[in-house]
Amino acid sequence: MTGRREVWITGVGLITCLGEGLEANWSHLQRGDPPPYDDKSFAPYLVHPLPPVNFDQQIPKKSDQRQMEPWQRIGVYAAGLALSDAGIAGKPDLLDATDMIVAAAGGERDIAADTAILTGMRKMAERGAFLNERLMSDLRPTLFLAQLPNLLAGNISIVHGVVGSSRTFLGEEAAGVDAVRIAQARIAAGQSELTLVGGAYHGTRWDVLLVFEQSGVALKGAFAPVWDRGPQGGIALGNMGAFLVLESREHGQARGARARGRISPVASDRNKRQPGDIEATLRREWGTIADQIDRAHAAVISGAAGLQPATAAEHAMLKEIGLPVRNTGTYIGHGVEAQFAANLGIACSVIEHGKLFAPAGTGDTGSSPPDISQVVVTSVGNWRGEALALVERVVWGRA
Amino acid sequence: MAAPMRDKQGRPIVAVTGIGVVTSLGVGKSDNWAKLTGGVSGIRRISRFPTEGLRTTIAGTVNDVYRDQMSPAELSERVALLAGEEAVAESGIGAKGRFPGPLYLAPPPLEIEWSDRIKMAEMAASDADTGYPDLMRVAREFAARHGAFKFGIIGEHLAEHFGTAGSPVSLNTACASGASAIQLGIEAIRRGDCQAALAIGADASLTPESLVRFSLLSALSTQNDPPERASKPFSKNRDGFVLAEGAAALVLEDLDHARARGARVLGILEGYGEKSDSFHRTRSSPDGKPIIASLRNALADAGVGPQDIDYINAHGTSTPENDKMEHLGVSTVFGERMRGIPISSNKSMIGHTLTAAGAVEAAFTLMTLQHQRVPPTINHSIPDPTITLDVVPNVARNAKLRRAMSNSFGFGGQNLCLVMALEPA
Repeated sequence: MTGRREVWITGVGLITCLGEGLEANWSHLQRGDPPPYDDKSFAPYLVHPLPPVNFDQQIPKKSDQRQMEPWQRIGVYAAGLALSDAGIAGKPDLLDATDMIVAAAGGERDIAADTAILTGMRKMAERGAFLNERLMSDLRPTLFLAQLPNLLAGNISIVHGVVGSSRTFLGEEAAGVDAVRIAQARIAAGQSELTLVGGAYHGTRWDVLLVFEQSGVALKGAFAPVWDRGPQGGIALGNMGAFLVLESREHGQARGARARGRISPVASDRNKRQPGDIEATLRREWGTIADQIDRAHAAVISGAAGLQPATAAEHAMLKEIGLPVRNTGTYIGHGVEAQFAANLGIACSVIEHGKLFAPAGTGDTGSSPPDISQVVVTSVGNWRGEALALVERVVWGRA
Repeated sequence: MAAPMRDKQGRPIVAVTGIGVVTSLGVGKSDNWAKLTGGVSGIRRISRFPTEGLRTTIAGTVNDVYRDQMSPAELSERVALLAGEEAVAESGIGAKGRFPGPLYLAPPPLEIEWSDRIKMAEMAASDADTGYPDLMRVAREFAARHGAFKFGIIGEHLAEHFGTAGSPVSLNTACASGASAIQLGIEAIRRGDCQAALAIGADASLTPESLVRFSLLSALSTQNDPPERASKPFSKNRDGFVLAEGAAALVLEDLDHARARGARVLGILEGYGEKSDSFHRTRSSPDGKPIIASLRNALADAGVGPQDIDYINAHGTSTPENDKMEHLGVSTVFGERMRGIPISSNKSMIGHTLTAAGAVEAAFTLMTLQHQRVPPTINHSIPDPTITLDVVPNVARNAKLRRAMSNSFGFGGQNLCLVMALEPA
């Protein structure tokens, strides 16, 4: 990888159940209070809703908001925060050359329409004809635009004017990881100067809970830290928007951008999730950065989702690495495609403040080393998505 | 050892050494090419589900591959696998189950289907309204029988089957997806991250709801009778696209790597150009600027000019909007030169294969160069007088071709254009 360029994170946009912006999230993480959660609306499932959001702040036109479903509004909002944080919002010259990679799922459904059709269908003999008729009359044309995965990116183009290029990756946590991996690689290789990358998730809805319940992984019952959710574990879906602005050092310096951190090449790989596979993949990925780590000033931000045995496997591997560990999923819930970008954003907060936040649960080990300047961010998805990246403080004059 | 081959910008050159295709015309390159150049349509009446009450009752389905009760995920995976196997076999790269590079896949955006929801509702057998909480009660039992739903599942299965390297990337750029998969492969090889990549676009997701969704946006042709006449790109009486299924796979390879192992080079992917449109969710900016920019970016990336393009494989969907805007785009970029460039739409015969289209049409563009023969735009009996293009009406034509362009445009402001050429001497 010689001759590759340095890649900076020059903007972070984050919205979670803890609030909007890195500072709001950081101050909650510092206090270590249990996060807001809702175990009633979708009982017995536990989810992390957003606090009230004034979407007008990032999506000024009501007509635009009406064309989006919640996952898109959350994403467009977080993307706007990231662009503002990077100092490129409202600057057409820069936005015109800004590339975009979004990790998305889509497929938001009209629960009322689905329920009415399923209920009505029970009495029908000619089910095919009934379904056709009801779909033609009950589906809102605009809903389709909320179901297309690439329409989060499309809405970001429309609302914020990011038009360099636009790609959307699909496939749960791995999509969120690979979006960052490829964005970083393109900049490092000179294929892009400036890229907006991230994702959004709207987990407080029946249709996605249904998908997770098919695998039996949605958290039921009482709230507990991700490390301590019993033998099966469980995923507490959250509402989350997380975007990063990645930029070549040259480009960032030329425009006087602030580096929130530098990001190494992202190591991601696929395994078949046989016993030992998660550890082996993470160990191999750790090998790509181990020799760059200054142990006196480094820590791990874990992306463990709370599902077993994956979370225990990650815990075992992190013990082997031996750095202090903090997990974010306990506090912000699980945002699937958005989780990795969110954790990279929070890693920027850690190096900015030079310390870790409050531990939560048995897997959050070690005390904060002084003046943390390196954070290893992990991902272990709900079925795939084993990855690891290094975020480091940029020291002026030395970088 | 010879110095490594580089393009005009000093980057590794990306060759294509294997191609596989499945469409409504058939399975495999030779069947597809014979029918495509014979002006045969693959559009037919939908037989997979009742069409009572639907405005559009035709589609370009992959009936040669479909078996009873296959879900869109299963059928899409099947056509992707067939196309991938043809491409990998032709390329002769790697060993069985060990493809030496990453997978870039454009799958349809999958979700739980109505057939699944109905089965779950039956399983739940509730007395009152049947809602999502009822489906939740039986979700696990259902998944145990039918498998759980995941967005990345087709990519996972294909990565396992072909033994591709690393984390498989699944992507969606709406109707440009197949071209984006190819683009990601080009970029990875140019970066030197790998020496080969498998790019696949696949979409076999025809369901009542997918049809209704496009229908409610007035995007589909409703001229159902006769089905094979419905798709008529660039015609005055065009009234929408015909939803279709298909897949294509390309083995992309660093030219040096291909030559070193004595592989047959089917063509070169010289460049790509993209530009997003912020005008509207489903419509292009009326001035055509993003389309124009994507075409110009592609020429610049390939290091060629308008005079160097001998053929254009149009996006040509047969919607009033697309064909008008594509005409504006190519006439602006190519100017007077456009009179001498044949531009045809494969969609006149195979319909719009959605997320597969960019890959299917890149495959056909490479075959057009190889065979020095241009497939026609069929159903061109009433030309649109405002579209002054040589659309190769109705009948295929031999031509001397060195380099071609393939356009892909999609909802969400996606514009992506690929430039392909024959192997350099």
